[in-house]
Amino acid sequence: MSKGRIPHWADVTLVPLTSVLLAFVISAILIWAIGESPWAAVKLMVEGAFGSSYGWGYTLFYATNFIFTGLAVAVAFQARLFNIGGEGQALLGGLGVALVCLYIPWPHWSLALIAASLGAAVFGAAWAFIPGYLQARRGSHIVITTIMFNFIAASLLGYFLVNVLRPQGAQDPSSPRFPAETALPKLHEILGVFGIPFSTVPPVNISLLVAVGMCFAVWFMLWRTRLGYQIRAFGESEPAAEYAGISPARITIYVMLISGALAGLMAVNSVMGEQQRLVLNAVEGAGFIGIAVALMGRNHPFGVFLAAMLFGFLYQGGAELALWTGIPRELIVVIQALVILFTGALDNMVRIPIARLFAMRGAR
Amino acid sequence: MTRSHKFAGAASLLALSAGMAHADPALMFDLGGKFDKSFNEAAYNGAERWREETGGSYREIEMQAAAQRVQFARRLAEAGSNPVVVMGFQNAPTLEEVAPDYPDTSFVLIDAVVDLPNVRSVIFAEHEGSYLVGMLAAMANETGTVSFVGGMEIPLIAAFACGYAQGAKAVNPDINVIVNYTGDTPAAWNDPVRGGEIARAQISQGSDVVFAAAGGTGLGVLQAAEDAGVFSIGVDSNQNYLHPGSVLTSMLKLVDQAVYDAFTDGPGLETGVVQMNLAAGGVGYALDEHNEHLISDEMQEAVEAAKAAIIAGELSVHDYREDSACPAF
Repeated sequence: MSKGRIPHWADVTLVPLTSVLLAFVISAILIWAIGESPWAAVKLMVEGAFGSSYGWGYTLFYATNFIFTGLAVAVAFQARLFNIGGEGQALLGGLGVALVCLYIPWPHWSLALIAASLGAAVFGAAWAFIPGYLQARRGSHIVITTIMFNFIAASLLGYFLVNVLRPQGAQDPSSPRFPAETALPKLHEILGVFGIPFSTVPPVNISLLVAVGMCFAVWFMLWRTRLGYQIRAFGESEPAAEYAGISPARITIYVMLISGALAGLMAVNSVMGEQQRLVLNAVEGAGFIGIAVALMGRNHPFGVFLAAMLFGFLYQGGAELALWTGIPRELIVVIQALVILFTGALDNMVRIPIARLFAMRGAR
Repeated sequence: MTRSHKFAGAASLLALSAGMAHADPALMFDLGGKFDKSFNEAAYNGAERWREETGGSYREIEMQAAAQRVQFARRLAEAGSNPVVVMGFQNAPTLEEVAPDYPDTSFVLIDAVVDLPNVRSVIFAEHEGSYLVGMLAAMANETGTVSFVGGMEIPLIAAFACGYAQGAKAVNPDINVIVNYTGDTPAAWNDPVRGGEIARAQISQGSDVVFAAAGGTGLGVLQAAEDAGVFSIGVDSNQNYLHPGSVLTSMLKLVDQAVYDAFTDGPGLETGVVQMNLAAGGVGYALDEHNEHLISDEMQEAVEAAKAAIIAGELSVHDYREDSACPAF
């Protein structure tokens, strides 16, 4: 990568912004090609996502999911481990949340939140531990094992929902509703304390604050602790890290545990905060969106936060677009895919010209 | 704001209120999308039939995430759509939450029951229809083995499998019924390649009639059956025409009719539980010019007799969903 030639500020702002812009330009051409007005579409998306506290609520709700899964991928990537098992880890996290909420009577949501977060993190971490262990001790490639574990997680969850958690006679393979005491306070209740009015409809809840807290925690862990230093050193060069006395196996397993725990925490938002019960396919691709979020956020917690907001906007704005125009849902998926394509796969297409630009300026 | 803007705004407001007076119906698809060749697509076909016959218009919406269930149901009700038809049993909690807030809007839930004054719940007796095609399968069978390819192992699909096995064993008590499921992710409903693989595996185990209840996955099953020169049975819509001569029959589940009826009845439609069973013509087996030479007169007589017995209440087909158990296995 020609990273050295681009100033840091440009690397973290100019490159992703240009990529997003390019993705939007092509999306606009596509919308125009199917006979809709791109300008009206953009307006509808922005208004739908940010034009009201209702829109903000949904945008933030989706963003919360993507912060967790994005952080999970970002942490693993700091050690150059490509954890694409966020989907399965979050599913297992959901199982942890459900077990904690269903089988232990909680007097207050705050205790339930702490316990459910622990449950989600432990289950997610345990699911990431196995691929981590296999990578560290057996050399099985983490990309292969984590993606396979997504399917195993889906099967395991299907088994639990159909045979264990489903109330007898119920059609729907899902757990019973969690007790009312475990319902997390929604954002409008939190803001209501400060007298700020907010729409009561969207499912955005206190997990948003947990997610933001996790951004800080991950930043602190990576750049202010010994473990974080070891992770980054290991990621930059494995032989150098080993020479410095860092055990590759230990770091691999630790990183995967942290990554899996973060992915699992997503379930606190979606399962406990929104659905209030565990349903089939509770993650809905957020684990995979996390990869795009981490790529776009340059594997930095702050970048992950911003990228998660962008994807939250695409989800909510896209929903409004589907609701009020003739633009089919598939095209919204295409727009999201274009953003992923440009920020992830075609990164160098933007990076190299920008690097040249800076090189020319430097030469002058 | 300029004068022309104001005018445009007033005009659009007028158009909006005019739309509300008409109260166009709305259709909310379940996850999986409009063109799943199965459940959602049947609903879409019903809505389109209504549009063609009445010249009316309707609003439709596809979901991307489960969080949008409640969101979209609310938005449709707020936009003045009436009735709002909601697809899929996973939307039962959605309507439990949304319907009480819009008492003047009629909701229709397909595939599950919600007991609210403004909700019509349409449920299908899939086990009864599957029983009939199971009988046909056993009568066409020569090898002593028939098989079933399901989408996901959920109670709904297990009810198809259980009814099928009961019907087959009613004809031939010694028949072997192989049951396989495609997967555990939503991809299981739209994976024809895997469906074909499973069907071929079942055929190599001796099955000569394969029943697919797996959405788009079933297309691969029907293809594999034709390639191997054995029979297959379609599902939901009449799929006899897909491979004439190979598709023995189709288990009909008239989702399109349920949507068409709801749209036709309009706002203020009669609520409560609508049983789409054999008696109501909501399920059945397909007989048309593509398969009439495959179904002999004796076969048809036997099935019609069973159908009459089920309708009369003399023959009861066990519904897997009642106790999560199947007497035929």
